[in-house]
Amino acid sequence: MSAPSSRTHDLAIRRAELAPQRVFQAIGLVALVLPLLLLAFLFGSSLVDAWPRLDWDFLTAFPSRKPALAGILPALVGTTCLMGLTAAIAIPVGLGAALYLEEYARPSRLTMLIELNISTLAGVPSIIYGLLGLEVFARVLGMGRSLLTGACTLALLLLPMVIMASREALRTVPQSLREASYALGADKWRTLRGVVLPMCLPGVLTGVILSLARAIGETAPLITIGALTYVAFLPDSVHSEFTALPIQIFNWVSRPQAGFHVNAAAGIVVLVGLMLLLNGFAIWLRARLQRRVYW
Amino acid sequence: MTSPERHPDATGADAPASGERSGRTPSGPPPAAVPSDLLRPRARSEQVVRLVLFVCALVSIVTTVGIVVVLVRESAGFFAEVSLAEFFGDSQWTPLFDQKHFGIWPLLAGTLLTTLIAVLVALPFGLLAAIYLAEFAPERLRRVLKPALEVLAGIPTVVYGYFALTYVTPALQLVVPGLAGFNALGPGIVMGIMILPIIASLSEDAIYAVPASLREASYALGAGRLRTVFRVVVPSAFSGIGASVILGVSRAIGETMIVAIAAGQQPRLTFDPRVPIETMTAYIVQISLGDTPTGTVEYRTIFAVGLCLFLMTLVLNIAAYRLRKRMLKGGLT
Amino acid sequence: MDTVLAAPTPTPRPSGGLPSPTTTAGERAAALAAADAVARPTEKMSAHDLHAWFGKAEALKGITLPLLERRVTAIIGPSGCGKSTFVRCLNRMHEVVPGARVAGRVLLDGQDVYASQVNPVRVRRRVGMVFQKPNPFPTMSIRENTLAGLRLGGEKAPDPAGLAEKALRQAALWDEVKDILGRSGSGLSGGQQQRLCIARALALEPEVLLMDEPCSALDPIATARIEELIHGLRERYTIVIVTHNMQQAARVADYTAFFHLGELVEYDRTDVLFTRPSRQRTEDYITGRFG
Repeated sequence: MSAPSSRTHDLAIRRAELAPQRVFQAIGLVALVLPLLLLAFLFGSSLVDAWPRLDWDFLTAFPSRKPALAGILPALVGTTCLMGLTAAIAIPVGLGAALYLEEYARPSRLTMLIELNISTLAGVPSIIYGLLGLEVFARVLGMGRSLLTGACTLALLLLPMVIMASREALRTVPQSLREASYALGADKWRTLRGVVLPMCLPGVLTGVILSLARAIGETAPLITIGALTYVAFLPDSVHSEFTALPIQIFNWVSRPQAGFHVNAAAGIVVLVGLMLLLNGFAIWLRARLQRRVYW
Repeated sequence: MTSPERHPDATGADAPASGERSGRTPSGPPPAAVPSDLLRPRARSEQVVRLVLFVCALVSIVTTVGIVVVLVRESAGFFAEVSLAEFFGDSQWTPLFDQKHFGIWPLLAGTLLTTLIAVLVALPFGLLAAIYLAEFAPERLRRVLKPALEVLAGIPTVVYGYFALTYVTPALQLVVPGLAGFNALGPGIVMGIMILPIIASLSEDAIYAVPASLREASYALGAGRLRTVFRVVVPSAFSGIGASVILGVSRAIGETMIVAIAAGQQPRLTFDPRVPIETMTAYIVQISLGDTPTGTVEYRTIFAVGLCLFLMTLVLNIAAYRLRKRMLKGGLT
Repeated sequence: MDTVLAAPTPTPRPSGGLPSPTTTAGERAAALAAADAVARPTEKMSAHDLHAWFGKAEALKGITLPLLERRVTAIIGPSGCGKSTFVRCLNRMHEVVPGARVAGRVLLDGQDVYASQVNPVRVRRRVGMVFQKPNPFPTMSIRENTLAGLRLGGEKAPDPAGLAEKALRQAALWDEVKDILGRSGSGLSGGQQQRLCIARALALEPEVLLMDEPCSALDPIATARIEELIHGLRERYTIVIVTHNMQQAARVADYTAFFHLGELVEYDRTDVLFTRPSRQRTEDYITGRFG
């Protein structure tokens, strides 16, 4: 440190004192950007590897023994059906639970237990949900390796996220509007249906779509419940056996031939594309919601 | 409906509105009979709605109970044939071989090894990133980078697994001699990148939530910015940072696809990151993909392993929940 | 003033009727004194030994107060005196707040609204309420807001357009919104929003209208319009208005009750209470010595 010799300079900023802060800022920025850059590089590599296979045939062909002919049609259809069914189960149950906890429940031990339980469930590994689905839905309820089993399992997995997002959205509806509705002689359910739900629906939907963006890549629970890895047909009902995009990718990654790895890369591009699309949609919805003027 | 007991009416009448009345005798004229237009409605629809919503809320409890029952029941079947002494005493895990061994340690070691590598990657990067974001990053950069981190956290793990197998491990083989095609190091590092957003984002929340008054107090004592951050702000956010790390560890322990794809399927009791291993989660995937007949002891191993996994993550999650609660209450240590 | 009263009126007022809203407050008070001296109006509502709590804190400590039919009763007092709590007890809105409790009786046409068989939802249909802050429903249009009470009550009006127009006219808002009925109510000015909320309450054709500081969030011009509106509505409705503004009470109310620390200190005809209060505390308050 080159300290100034005279006391009159004591208050001046010294370069040597600022240096550590500058260095730290640089380190912090690198720590933040390096992983992002690394991932971007990995994605770029996958995209380059996948490029020759990214065409219409890849999307519309069935799987095949020959890597160059294989496509993801059953996986794509399976994933779409799975997401639709999952949302159809998770939204009503999750919203119902959120409504109960926010609007009906009084503070009690049971309520506290439910809340603790939801936050713990959010941290249970997804493969454990797979074991639950395998035992309860596939075996005890006799639903087998069907789409419905997959959707029920994923819906349970998403439930904590959907409940938390819905509660968040319900809390944004001002109490004064509920009171206004009560003062007009509306009962509680009509107040919820007529005033509260229309206002919080965009928020709930944003949460649901974000959680679907997470679920679309879920592989482990589907493998555990026994979703097929090689499917040459399209699902025709909720009881139909199925495959999904991440499972197809996993299947290709697990094979030794390089040709299948290229297919996996192409599948990854599609999967990540779908995930980003869902994320983008949710962000757009949230922005629209924030622009809306309430007063 | 003229039953004398109070009906919990969802409009707020379930607050004990008239609870005090029995004890008091208010003055005033005696009340007339209730005219029909003030009477309670016949329909019990409100009660039905309440019940339906309550059932929805119960689904989460039922899920937990279901998980516990399934894991415990099937594990009980497993432990009826394999003693706890063997489960925790044997050093080999070979349920699919002729010479069967059911020692959990190799799988546990695989899980702990990959988790350790992941934390070694994610902790420094995540913490530095969090401190930078909360304390130094310009607001505009912060607004871009935080959502970017969130998207990072949402990338399917099967994708991370592919990265580990086809890009990261081959690249590491250039620098690490003796690194096998399947190993703990590559997937561990990629797993670190996967849990980095969790640690960074939650820690950032905790650091950001430290009241400005604490910073100002430190500045007023003449402390510099860096000193203030490391001596005052970060220690104050310790609960939140700790919770974020615990949650990250919990995620790493339960992470399946990265290790199933890139770490191999060879359970072995080693802490050498260069050789193929198998984690608890990868083992469950291996059995699920195979044709092990249901009801056999080999099949039940996945539930016993699942139970261990569940208990480990449960303890960690509850610890993180407690820490976060303390952070929200404003406790500083 | 006397001369105005003594002057021959071209048309006889309806029996029990009051001066038209164009008369001044002073004339009205005098006329009222004369009319109410002959035949005291019936008690539309009344509270008897009414207590209310928020958790452990007692907000009302035994209020007994009549609310006369087709008269405007103002509730005044310093903030925290329980005046808002009191009106919220009248239509059973107090109990909506978690932890809130009520004891005592509130009679509506002689019927205790806190009797165990009474449905609070039904009480609120007959006793309408307007809040301090205008709160139109943001997801509904102006027309839907006006008819919200029916829709939320699950009823169908035989002539919704006519009913909406009638309510909006009563609330003196029709001319301003008749061309934009399909637009969101959130786009209106604060005063218009408050009149929309009044229209929303009136569309249910209540018998009593509770107004909880309806002008405190409004500018003076919007306030004047609401007060004018109250002058018009007194012909048909029993009105209770909470206000922290003593001038407003003097302008709009026939009767005034002064609350302090959860107790009713004094209740009298407005002109009497403001000119010859019988309690020291009342005098201290209206002369501005506290509050």
